[in-house]
Parts: sequence; C-alpha cells; structure tokens
Amino acid sequence: MKAPTTAWSPATLAGLLADPAQLATLDERGWDTLIRLARRANVLGKLAITAQDLPADALPAACRPHIRAALALSARQARAVGWEIECLRDALDELGLPLVLLKGAAYLAAGLPFARGRFFSDVDILVPRQRIAEVEGVLLKHGWAGTHHDAYDQRYYRQWMHELPPMRHLRRGTVVDVHHRILPLTARFDPDPVSMLEQAIPATHCEGVRVLAPADMLLHSATHLFHEGELPNGFRDLLDLDGLFRHFGAQDTDFEQTLDRRARQLHLATPLAFARHQCARLLGTPVCPANPPGSSLTDALYTRALHPHHPLIDRPGSGLARWLLYVRAHWLRMPPHLLAWHLGHKALCRNATREQL
Amino acid sequence: MTPAPFIPLGSLPRTTLAAWLAQGQLGLRTGPLTFRIHTREAIVAENLQLLYPHHLVANDPPFADFHVSIERPRGLRRWLRPQVEFRLDGFAPFLSLPAPQAFALLEWGMNWCIASHCHQYLLLHAAVLARGDDAVLLPAPPGAGKSTLCAYLSHRGWRLLSDELALIDPDTGQVCGLARPVNLKNAAIGVIRGVLPDTRLSTPVPDTKKGTVAHLAPPAEAVMEAGRAATLRWIVTPRYVAGSALLTERIARPEALAMLIDNAFNYDVLGASAFAVLTGLLGRAPAIDLQYALLEDARQWFEALRP
Repeated sequence: MKAPTTAWSPATLAGLLADPAQLATLDERGWDTLIRLARRANVLGKLAITAQDLPADALPAACRPHIRAALALSARQARAVGWEIECLRDALDELGLPLVLLKGAAYLAAGLPFARGRFFSDVDILVPRQRIAEVEGVLLKHGWAGTHHDAYDQRYYRQWMHELPPMRHLRRGTVVDVHHRILPLTARFDPDPVSMLEQAIPATHCEGVRVLAPADMLLHSATHLFHEGELPNGFRDLLDLDGLFRHFGAQDTDFEQTLDRRARQLHLATPLAFARHQCARLLGTPVCPANPPGSSLTDALYTRALHPHHPLIDRPGSGLARWLLYVRAHWLRMPPHLLAWHLGHKALCRNATREQL
Repeated sequence: MTPAPFIPLGSLPRTTLAAWLAQGQLGLRTGPLTFRIHTREAIVAENLQLLYPHHLVANDPPFADFHVSIERPRGLRRWLRPQVEFRLDGFAPFLSLPAPQAFALLEWGMNWCIASHCHQYLLLHAAVLARGDDAVLLPAPPGAGKSTLCAYLSHRGWRLLSDELALIDPDTGQVCGLARPVNLKNAAIGVIRGVLPDTRLSTPVPDTKKGTVAHLAPPAEAVMEAGRAATLRWIVTPRYVAGSALLTERIARPEALAMLIDNAFNYDVLGASAFAVLTGLLGRAPAIDLQYALLEDARQWFEALRP
C-alpha cells in the first residue's frame, strides 16, 4: 500500500523532524511511516532528538523504543566522533597543521543546533595539497591504513580525485577522508581550497580544531550536493543546507551577501544558486530569490533524488532519475573521455558491498 | 476504523496467510517486536504455518517495528536458478540467496534487524532459557552445540526465550524473550530428530553458508509466555566434547566480562550503561564453563541449578 506522495513531501518530513508540536499530531500509523522513512533517509537520530522534547504520553508506546535506540546511537556517534577528532588533531599536531573538519564532523564540532542527532559514517578533513604526502604518512603512523588497493582505484583517487583513498583505522575501523581540494582535479569548476583553509575558524565545541567559515561551509555543502553522483543521503544533505541557511541567516543579517561574494571569489555561484533553488522549492527555506538554474527536467530529477529513497514514496522513474544524476555528476567531475572510461570500468567491475550470508 | 485484532497464526487458512503475505500486510508478533512481512514465496508461508502456529498475527496492523520482504531480485535470475533477497524498507543488507533458502533468509534477516537496530536493549549473541522467572544465559561460539542444547532443554522443562539473541533491558537488567524457532545446523538436525521425535522441524535446506540448516518450532507454552521477562541468574558457556565426562569450571569475573563484551552486538552503542548492566549481571550470576557429551547429563546438571 502506497502512502499518498503529497502527504510525505520533503517539506512535511522536514517539518516533522524539526517540530515536536507537529510530531504530536501523528497517530500510530503516521509514526509507522515516519520511522520507516527516517530510518531509510538516515535521519532517525534527528527525529529522536526532536521527539525527546515531547511529553511521554504524546508518543505512542510502540514508537518509544525506536526513539530510545536512535538516541543511544546518536550519543554513541557524538562520543566516537569526538574521540576520533582528538586522535586526528594529535596526529596533525606532529606536522604543525591545524585540523580542519568538513561536513558532518564539522557541524558537530561547531555545535550547530540543526545537526544534533545527525548520523554520518566518515570524518572528512581538509589539508593543504602540498602537504598531502606528509599527512598520509603521519596518519599511517597513527594507525590509519589506506583502503582501495586495486590499481584502478588508486589511480582514480590519486590522479583524478580531490581526496586520498579513504583511510581506515586498523583498530577502531573508523574512516577518515583526507581532502586536499573541494572538487576533483578533473572537475570543470576549480574552487580555491587555499583561501578556504586560510579563513577557517576555531570550532566552538572542540578545542584546537577548525571548521570552514560559515559562508564557505555552506558553499562546500552546496557544491557536494550539486556534484554528488550517488544521493543515498540526498534528503539528509538537503536538510543540512536548509539548516545552514536558516542558522547563519539568523545570526548574521548580511549572510546572504557574504555568500554571494564568496561564491563569486570561489567560482561556486552555480552550486549556490542550485542550493537556494532546491531548498526554497522543496523545503520552503527562506533564501535570497535566485534565478532558477537548470530546467524543469533537472527539477523533476532532483525531486525524485532528494526524497528519502523508499518504496513507499518512490515514483515511476525514480531509479532512472538517480541514474541520470549519477551520470550528470560524473559529467561535471571529469572530461568526457575519462567519464566513458570510468563508467565502463564501474559497469564491468561492480563490487558487491553487501554482506554474504 | 479499529485495527484488526491479533490472532494465532495457526488459526488462519493457508490461503489467507498467503494472501496477507503477498499484500505485505501480515504483522507477526515475536516477544516485544512486530515484524510486517511481505513475500510471495510459498516456502515462507509453509514454514510460518509449521513453525509459528502459536504466534499472534494481524492483518495490516497500524504499527510494525520492521517492514521486511523476501523478494526475487529483478533480471534474468528471476527465472534462471531463481534467487531471493531480504529487504528492510527496500534496503537489501545481504547478497541474494537461492530461492529454496527463502525461509532461512527471512529468519537471518529478522535477526539482523534486531541486532543492528534494537539499541533499546543490550543485545548479546546468546541463547536464553528460563525456569519460572529465573533465566540462564548461554553464550557460545558457533559449533559449540549451543542451539542443540537449547533446543533440547526447551523441551525438557525450560522455557525458551531465545536461541540467538538475548535482549536485556538496561533499566531493569531483565531479559526479554522472542520465542522464535531454533536454528539447527548439520549434525544437530539428526541429533534433535532422534531425541525429540515429536517436535516440529522444517525440511532441512542444504548448501547454505552455514551448511545444512533446519528450524525447530518453539514449544507452545514458550510462545504464550514470550512477554514474561526473566531475571538472569546464571551464565553457562556450553561446550560439546564427544566422549567427555561432564565437567564444569567457574569462570573468573574479569574473564566472563570480557567474554560477554565479545558476545555483545551493541556494547559500543550503549557504552557506560552496557558496562553497568554487565557488571550488575556478573555480580549476581555465576559464570560457568560446561563441558558435556550427553544431552541428558547436561539436562540433569541444569535441573540442579538453584538461584
């Protein structure tokens, strides 16, 4: 049985995830669907943080264990990431480099309220490109080892990408993505990572750690959503952008102008226009009105890709839409001959990431 | 509209059961959890009827903890040596398996759902049996004969709470039951058939990753009492050693703690509260290593346990 698509639009979901009063209106059946969608979209932690503010009797008894479980997971995540950040900071200290965090770990370290309960798996960091070999060496020394050992993947990362192959800690199993640029070396845009690093600011909730300045943080998030080929967490990432717009917009009345200025300096005006357009269109985020980039076709594709991917609300064409966006993202990331080569390789050597029973 | 009431699965005609499954509307209760199951595989309906007759089910219950399905993946494999896939809300955590393994895949998938999501409990990889409200925890590595012993004792005076997963409430320290079928592997299937001839056992499925597997129905009383939580009084690590006399040895508390942490699925998630639960448990429950060769010897030893 399909739920009516309009009933679970991204805006409705975002409202429920952020507002205990709206949660209080749900009956058991509503909670059943909400928990399913939130679990699949990887935002159960956010739901739990919001539901925590409800009086106990406003929540059907059957849902309470799920809220409790998600709270335990998000507490564990905060603990584990906090520890991971300390270990990374100590490692980079040996090189005299500050630890600059990106994405989920950065939102946590900066104590951004919208990111409470946000689930993520890897810690992303940004380091100067000319120091990348030293960084890789010191991380190895501290127990992180390279993954992706086959020759193709090594070349993919080292020649074309903006990051090292993900490094996994031998004992803790945690993964760090070491970025030296914002976008792949082969991408059509070339934002300048040096000025982003230089303008990084201390993280309020983490001593001796830095995060990107507000405008840069939002531009980075926008650039990733715009260039990302696989959007399993598309809805969560859209919520991040919405949170960043609202949070920094409320703190600084000139934030939108700062954004425009930085976007021009960094050649990221297109991803910014994209982020404003999608946030306003799908979540009703209050942003500066922008000329909508793209077309009604890209809007139709993103409507599908930025919903939680769930059989309840997938529409006809959702699979095709995600595939087209995958190709489009790679089109932006690499020139045509590389794209053809890469997609061909991926099609022939698809690796199963699933568990074998 | 009032939701349909929960009724014993065994009271449903096969066609009704198959129809609810095909529409994805069968809600199945196992202990504190409700699974909603969607499948068109006849072998799943058959085995549910055989092994879950006393479990409560409802058509389209308003809330389920997990919505799972056993489906055939798209593509040629649908017809050529068909495969089946387990999904939770459309997400497939495992590679597909041959269609004759559909029911076993459902059982493993349900275990996966619990082990990777139910952090409201401290989850241990262990069997749990109870006598009245006093429970014994049986953690053991695969191949130690844990399931065989658990199956045997569950038909000899002990109430089956779970064969694979101990669900411990961190607030009360009590353990909740699931009373699901016991998963028997390889030689254990013949052993149980020999000693418990009157029980319901599914048709063995050969060539799975774990060898040949079959499932044994839990006793009716265990299913009816699945909601009755129990207090863990003993920790016993059983080891089947052919030809051995029955030998027991107390396990020192630090070692026992390390062993329990090793057997926990979510010790890292619960952190300090998991440590408190386990140390509390070891404070009241002795941990004993049990080496045995004969099920009957082991039964007598268990019967003599006093809290």
